[in-house]
Amino acid sequence: MRELTMCLAIPVLIKSIEGKEAEVEIGGITRRISLWLTPEAKVGDYVLVHTGYAINVLDQGQAEETLALLREIAEAEGAG
Amino acid sequence: MADKILLAHGSGGKLAHDLVEKSFVKTLTNPFLDKLDDSAVFDLSGRLAFTTDSYVVSPVFFPGGDIGKLAVCGTVNDLAMSGAKPLYLSLAFIIEEGLALAELEKIVSSVQKTANEAGVKIITGDTKVVPRGSADRLFINTAGVGVIPEGVDISGDRAQPGDKVILSGAIGDHGIAVISQREGLSFSTKLKSDCAPLGGLVAEMIAASPNINCLRDPTRGGLATTLNELAKQSKVSIRIEEKTIPVREEVMGACEMLGFDPLYVANEGKLVAIVPPQDADKILKAMKKNKYAKEAVIIGEVAAKPAGRVVMKTVLGAHRIVDMLVGDLLPRIC
Amino acid sequence: MKYISEFRRSELAEGLISHIRHSSKTRARFMEFCGGHTVTIFRYGIRQVLPETIEMVSGPGCPICVTANADLDKAIALAKIPNVIVATFGDMLKVPGSRSSLQQAKAEGAEVYTVYSTMDALKAAQDNPDKSVVFLGIGFETTAPTVAASILQAGEKGLKNYYVLSLHKLCPPVIRALLEAGEVELQGLVCPGHVSTIIGSHPWEFIASDYGIPCVVSGFEPLDILQTVDMLVEQVEKGESKVEIAYKRGVNPEGNQQALRLMERVFEPAPARWRGIGEVAESGLRLREKYKSFDAEANFELKPGPTVEAAGCICGDILRGVRTPSDCKLFGKTCTPESPVGPCMVSTEGSCSACYLYGEGLGG
Repeated sequence: MRELTMCLAIPVLIKSIEGKEAEVEIGGITRRISLWLTPEAKVGDYVLVHTGYAINVLDQGQAEETLALLREIAEAEGAG
Repeated sequence: MADKILLAHGSGGKLAHDLVEKSFVKTLTNPFLDKLDDSAVFDLSGRLAFTTDSYVVSPVFFPGGDIGKLAVCGTVNDLAMSGAKPLYLSLAFIIEEGLALAELEKIVSSVQKTANEAGVKIITGDTKVVPRGSADRLFINTAGVGVIPEGVDISGDRAQPGDKVILSGAIGDHGIAVISQREGLSFSTKLKSDCAPLGGLVAEMIAASPNINCLRDPTRGGLATTLNELAKQSKVSIRIEEKTIPVREEVMGACEMLGFDPLYVANEGKLVAIVPPQDADKILKAMKKNKYAKEAVIIGEVAAKPAGRVVMKTVLGAHRIVDMLVGDLLPRIC
Repeated sequence: MKYISEFRRSELAEGLISHIRHSSKTRARFMEFCGGHTVTIFRYGIRQVLPETIEMVSGPGCPICVTANADLDKAIALAKIPNVIVATFGDMLKVPGSRSSLQQAKAEGAEVYTVYSTMDALKAAQDNPDKSVVFLGIGFETTAPTVAASILQAGEKGLKNYYVLSLHKLCPPVIRALLEAGEVELQGLVCPGHVSTIIGSHPWEFIASDYGIPCVVSGFEPLDILQTVDMLVEQVEKGESKVEIAYKRGVNPEGNQQALRLMERVFEPAPARWRGIGEVAESGLRLREKYKSFDAEANFELKPGPTVEAAGCICGDILRGVRTPSDCKLFGKTCTPESPVGPCMVSTEGSCSACYLYGEGLGG
């Protein structure tokens, strides 16, 4: 187990925004974070959070494409 | 009566007597305690199990329980892990001067409720009050005694290669529920501690089959530490599969957020059973009928080597060692 | 889509592993230099499922591990100044400096706060107006913009007691230094995920063009690492060398422009000391003149004392990828997570700590 490790960035859902701060949620846990680095983020977006700041808005389309690609590979290999 | 606990409440004088009678004995009442002798006297025969524990959890109230409920469950469970039917508990309070009486009474009420469910009696107690700053609101110490039925021989050194390893349910609830209440950690969750008395569950397991080799509850240090202890005591290897281990989404989320591994987070209402392969299915079936083990699952098995080690098959099919907890990650969660 | 469990699915992993095994014919050594990647590789046993042709080696990707003793000594010296609160990420607490650690200083009465975010440090400054709060700025390009944002926020709030000791470092310059030193021959680079979220993928181009080494920007879940290895193998087998992004959901080629703007506003490149590597030009960040009032170096008299390196510690070699934890005579004996000698064993993302905890005999 680790203490509050700085190097993690985790995907969380934005539930509400007040000014430059947002309330985010992951698996039922909610937390306040800063949007200073992602002013374009909207409620309903998934963002990557690192040490209390959102560093990126996650691209769902890209995520789905990646998974589809991996599924193709798995099927071709007879493992999917 | 005063609405806060004062040093005088621990001095043995009138104030102390009033506290014990009105706030403790009245709620926990039973023929032993009501006598208020220096020691409780009772008859007991057979093979006995005896345990002691101290509870210093902070904060004393947390989602799903409080230090009182925890004290009863922890003691009852320690006895149950030897296969014993828990019977009698002692209860000693070390109270920080200034604790609100209402809070203390709430905790005593919690003790009573839990003791009733677990079918145990608090038969003797003690009360001390220490100056402000010498204790964090309330510390509790307990001792407990129970009787082990015939034909039951459960101990940490009895695991055999080929045995199956059963886990009674999802891990990590207690540790995360408690830490979610700590200051300086800004998150809120609907997660509750899994704190529960397991004497009934163990009795039902034994009724299904008395051939249980090991039982242990994964408290501080989590499932990983408990499995390591058993592997070392029995001088065997315990091999588990990552994808079989149930973890609630909220626990996964908090662990991601904080950088914890659920394998090391404390539980207060779960058990690990190591049983011969031919008895595994019927014990598992009996467990799933109990409200505290509906998600019981076989998570692995015992092998001869590498002795003393816990090996986990990851979701990729690779194997890695699961070590004991190193250091103190979550202080004062029990 | 929750972005976590989807990227841990075993049947998709099987497909990737099978594909890698079929495709990989040429011997190749790939280096990852992001601490998060190091942990995933050990935790899921990635080395065990890869074919014999592929060797994975770890580089200087853990910002804790690459912090030089001399710099850590500065932080400890700051903590010992009366009325100074040092706010630090938890990872730095137990790292041994020349004579002490932040944890030890704390036990001896220094005020050291563990924080998850600079937001907590700012709050500490607001709550303690009669003290100085110094935030220990550790981390690469992922963290530096958050620290820059905190300085701008401190300015907005009119806080006069918030400072930063900047020990931030930049990845591309140190990779160039490593490649120039030529100690380890590499056929591929697993490029950091979240550093790239900030800086984009273009800064890695020089690795492919100047050194002919394939680069793939990777995410942190086991499927991400496997997909990255798959893409590196493809480049190796085709004799290509270019920069690709596997972590498409988290990285775009231009990076995070807002974060880069904030970082450039507050910081400027400066020489930095890397453990095991020494001083590398333009590989660190210092506060610009305009923000000197927030700079701990400019506002406090630091007397860190002489620098001493722990005898027998080979963290520096491990960070450059020339030795592995099992090569170290102290590993697992006098250097363990309970009593660490060097930072690679303390940091949760250090190679030694990962190797020790997940029990893999390292050989590459």
